[in-house]
Amino acid sequence: MGKFTEDDLKKELETKEYEYGFYTDIESDTFPVGLNEGIVRAISEKKEEPEWMTTWRLEAFRYWQEMVEPEWANVHYEKPNFQNISYYSAPNKKPKYNSIDEVDPELLDTFKRLGISLDEQKKLAGVAVDIVMDSVSVATTFKKTLAKKGIIFCSISEAIKEHPELVKKYIGSVVPQRDNFYAALNSAVFSDGSFCYIPKGVRCPMELSTYFRINQAGTGQFERTLVIADEGSYVSYLEGCTAPSRDENQLHAAVVELIALDNAEIKYSTVQNWYPGGKDGKGGVYNFVTKRGICEANAKISWTQVETGSAVTWKYPSCILKGDNSIGEFYSIAVTNNYQQADTGTKMIHIGKNTKSTIISKGISAGKSQNSYRGLVKINPKADNARNFSQCDSLLMGNDCGAHTFPYIEVKNKTAQVEHEATTSKIGEDQIFYCNQRGINTEKAIALIVNGFSKEVLNKLPMEFAVEAQKLLEISLEGSVG
Amino acid sequence: MPNGNLMIEFMSLKEKLLSSYLAFEDNLEADSPIHELRNKAIKNFEQKGFPTKKEEAWKYTSLNALLKNDYSVFPKQLDKSIDFKDVKKYFLHDIDTYKVVFVDGVYSSFHSETTHDQIDVCLMSSALNKTKYKPVIEAYYNKIAEDDSLTSLNTAFAKEGAYIHIPKHKEVEKPIEILYFSTGNEAAVFLQPRNLIVVGENAHVQIIERHQSLSKNEVLTNSVTEIFAEKRAFVDYYKIQNNVASASLIDNTYIAQERESNCKVHTFSFGGKLTRNNLNFYQNGEYCNSTLKGVTILENKQHVDHNTLVHHIAPNCESHQDYKGIFGDASTGVFNGRVIVEKDAQKTDAFQQNNNILVDDKATINAKPQLEIFADDVKCSHGCTIGQLDEDALFYMRSRGIAKKEARALLMYAFANTVLESVKIPELKRRINKLIAHKIGVNLGFEV
Repeated sequence: MGKFTEDDLKKELETKEYEYGFYTDIESDTFPVGLNEGIVRAISEKKEEPEWMTTWRLEAFRYWQEMVEPEWANVHYEKPNFQNISYYSAPNKKPKYNSIDEVDPELLDTFKRLGISLDEQKKLAGVAVDIVMDSVSVATTFKKTLAKKGIIFCSISEAIKEHPELVKKYIGSVVPQRDNFYAALNSAVFSDGSFCYIPKGVRCPMELSTYFRINQAGTGQFERTLVIADEGSYVSYLEGCTAPSRDENQLHAAVVELIALDNAEIKYSTVQNWYPGGKDGKGGVYNFVTKRGICEANAKISWTQVETGSAVTWKYPSCILKGDNSIGEFYSIAVTNNYQQADTGTKMIHIGKNTKSTIISKGISAGKSQNSYRGLVKINPKADNARNFSQCDSLLMGNDCGAHTFPYIEVKNKTAQVEHEATTSKIGEDQIFYCNQRGINTEKAIALIVNGFSKEVLNKLPMEFAVEAQKLLEISLEGSVG
Repeated sequence: MPNGNLMIEFMSLKEKLLSSYLAFEDNLEADSPIHELRNKAIKNFEQKGFPTKKEEAWKYTSLNALLKNDYSVFPKQLDKSIDFKDVKKYFLHDIDTYKVVFVDGVYSSFHSETTHDQIDVCLMSSALNKTKYKPVIEAYYNKIAEDDSLTSLNTAFAKEGAYIHIPKHKEVEKPIEILYFSTGNEAAVFLQPRNLIVVGENAHVQIIERHQSLSKNEVLTNSVTEIFAEKRAFVDYYKIQNNVASASLIDNTYIAQERESNCKVHTFSFGGKLTRNNLNFYQNGEYCNSTLKGVTILENKQHVDHNTLVHHIAPNCESHQDYKGIFGDASTGVFNGRVIVEKDAQKTDAFQQNNNILVDDKATINAKPQLEIFADDVKCSHGCTIGQLDEDALFYMRSRGIAKKEARALLMYAFANTVLESVKIPELKRRINKLIAHKIGVNLGFEV
C-alpha cells in the first residue's frame, strides 16, 4: 500500500461525494412561494390551529418585518430571498398507520438508505422515533410506552391541539418571537417540529429522537422544538439530520427551546449533516438555528453537537443558568471542508448562585473552509461562586482553510472563576512519525489523531448516536476515522 | 429659542473639532506634503465620527461621557513655565536620560534634553517642517497608522510630538523619556500628540512614554505613535499610565517590524479616568519577535481597555502577550486581544495570556481574546482566566502569622510582579515595583 500523505487526504476529501444525496419523489402539498400575512394565516389554518396560535404567529411576523438580517457572523453567503421560498410543504398522503407495513414504501426506502430501520430500532435500540419528513410527522413510535409514564412526545402541531396549556405557557419563553431575525421568521412560519413533556419525577426510559429531512426542492424548513422537563425529571433527546443534494440553496431556520425545571436534566444531542454544497462551493444548506435552554434551580442542560454538514452554519446552543446550582454544558465538534463556513459556539449566562458551565469545542477545518468558534460567558453581579471552564481547540488541515476563535467573557462578580483556553495547530509531524514508526500507516494515523482530538466530545454522545456521529465524521473528513 | 452663544455651547465636540480645523488649516503652509494628508484625514474623521459602542472594537468602552466636556482644542499657553521641583518625580531623575518634554502640547526646551549627535532625539514639528527631514517624513510618516476615526483625527491636527531616529548599528547608551504634561490652566483640554520613531538596522533603543496632568481639570489625550523597527533592530518601549483621575488617554501605537527585529511594549496602567490602548504590531519580515505585556491595577471608577493586535504577515515569527489585571471598587477592565496569522505566516508561534482578579463586587472585566488563523503549520494558543487568590496560599501565609489583608496584598503583588521580569531598565523596574506595591497596599519591608 502506498504512502498516504496529507495531500492524498486532501484530494480524497475534495472528491468525496455526499453519500446521502438522493431525492425521494413523493407528491407534496406545497404552498406558493412568498411570505405575507396571508401565508402565515394559511399555515396556521392548514394546521387547524387555535386562534391564540395564529395571533402569536402574526405578532412574530410583524416583528420580523421590522428586523434586518444579522451580519456580524464570520460567514459570507448570498442572502436568501425570503419572498422566493415556499413556506409550507407536507407529504400528501397523510396516513395514520398502525403498523409499519402500511407506510408508503418509498418513504421506508428513504429511511433505509439513511440507515434508520424503524422496526429494528424499535426492537434493538429502544429509540422512539418521531420522523419529520419535510414538515409533517408521519410516524410516531413507542408512543404508547411513553404514554404509560405520562410522557408526551408528539409533533408540535399535535401538541398545540391537544396540550394547548403547556404550549401556550412555554412557547417563546426561552426564545421570544423577537429574539433575532431567524427566530422571528421561524415563529411566524414554523410548519412542524417536536414537542416533549416529561412529568414530575419521571426518568424517560429511552432516548427520544427525531430525524429531520429537507426533501422538497426549494422548500425552506422551519422546525420548532419544545422540550419541557418538569421538576426532577430526566430526558435525553437526539436530533439528527441528512439532506439530499440540491444545487439551489436551502434555508433551514429552526428554533429549539429547552425548559429544565427544578432538579430536572435535559441532554440534547445533535448530529447535523445537511448537504454541505459541492466541492466548488455551489449549493448547500443555510443552517441558521436558535437553540436555547433555561435551567431552574439544580437543573442541568447539556448540549452535544456534531456539525459536519451545511454550507453555512450559524448556531449557538445556549444555556441560561437562572436557578441556583444549575449546570450548563456544551460539547461540540464542528467539521468544515471545501467551501463550508461555520460560525458556531455557545452562550452561558450565569444568573443564579453556584452555577457551573463547561464548554468544550473542537473545530476541524479542511479544504477552503472557514471555521469559527464564537462564545459568550457572562457572569451577572448576583451569580456568586459561578464557575466556567472553556476549551476551544482547532485543527487545521491544509493551507487554504481558516480557524478562528472569538470568545467573549464578561464578569461582574468577584467570586467568579472563569478559565478560557484555546489552541490552534495542525497534526504534528512527530505525532504521525510516532505512529508510522509503530507500523501504523499515515492514513490510519491521521484517523487516530482526529479521533483522539474529538474524543472528549464523541464520548458525550449517547451510544445510539455515537455510531452515526462517527459515520458522519468519516464522510466529512476521510475514509477511515474511527 | 437658544441664542447664538448657547448654540456654540451645545455644539458637539465633533462639530467643534471640524470647525477648529478650518481655522487651524489657515495657519498651515499650503504646499506642505502633510497638508493633503490632513485634509484627507479630517474628511475621514467627519465621515466616521467618534467610535460608539455599536462598533465591535468599542463594544465595552464608551467615550460618550468624555465627549460631553467642552474641551479647548488649542490650549492657551501658560505665562510661566512649570518648576522642575514640581515635576521631578515624573522623571527617571536618578539616571541620565534623553528627555523630550511637552507642556500642554508645546515643546519645553527648559525641561528637555535632546540631541542631534549621531542620533536624532528631537521634535515632530521640526521633522515636519525642515526640508532635511523630508525624505524621512515621506518614507515613514503616517505609513502604518490606520485610518480609523481617532487616528485620522490626530493626523489632521498633529503638529507636535517626539521625533526619534536611530541610524544603523547605533546602540543608544541611555533611555529616552517622552513626557507630556498638561497644566490644566483651562477648564478642559484636548491634546493630540504625535510621535514618530524610526530605529535603523541593528540599532537598539529604550523609550519611556508618560502622560501627566498637573491639575484636576479634565484632559483628553488622543495620541498616535508610529514605530518602525528595521532589520535586527531592538526596541524596548515602556508606557507608564499613572495619571490623575480627571485625565483620559486614547493611545494609538503602530509598530512595523522588519526581519529579525525584536520589539517589546510594556504598559503599566494604574491611573487615569479612561484609558484605551490600541496597540498594533505588524510583522512584515521573517523571524520577528514581538512582546506585549501589561499590568493594570484599578480602583474607583477607572476604566482601562487594552485593545491589541498582532498581525503575523511573514513566516517564522513569534509573539508573546501577557496581561495581568487587578480590579477594585467599581473599576472596569477590558482586554480585546487579536492575533491574526496570514496564510503565508507558517511556523508562527503566537501566545496570548490574560489573567484577571476581581477584588470588589462592583468591578467588571470584559475579555475577548481572539485568534484568526489562516495558516496550518502554526502554534497558537491563548488563555484567559478570571479568578481569585489561591486559598491554600493565603492559609499558608496566615498560619505563619501574616495578617489576612497583608497576605492578600502580597499574593496580588506576586501576581502582577511577573510582568516586571522583562523590564530591562533597573531604575524603572524599581520605580514600578514600588508603584505596584503602593497601589496594592503592600508594605514590602525590603528594597527591591
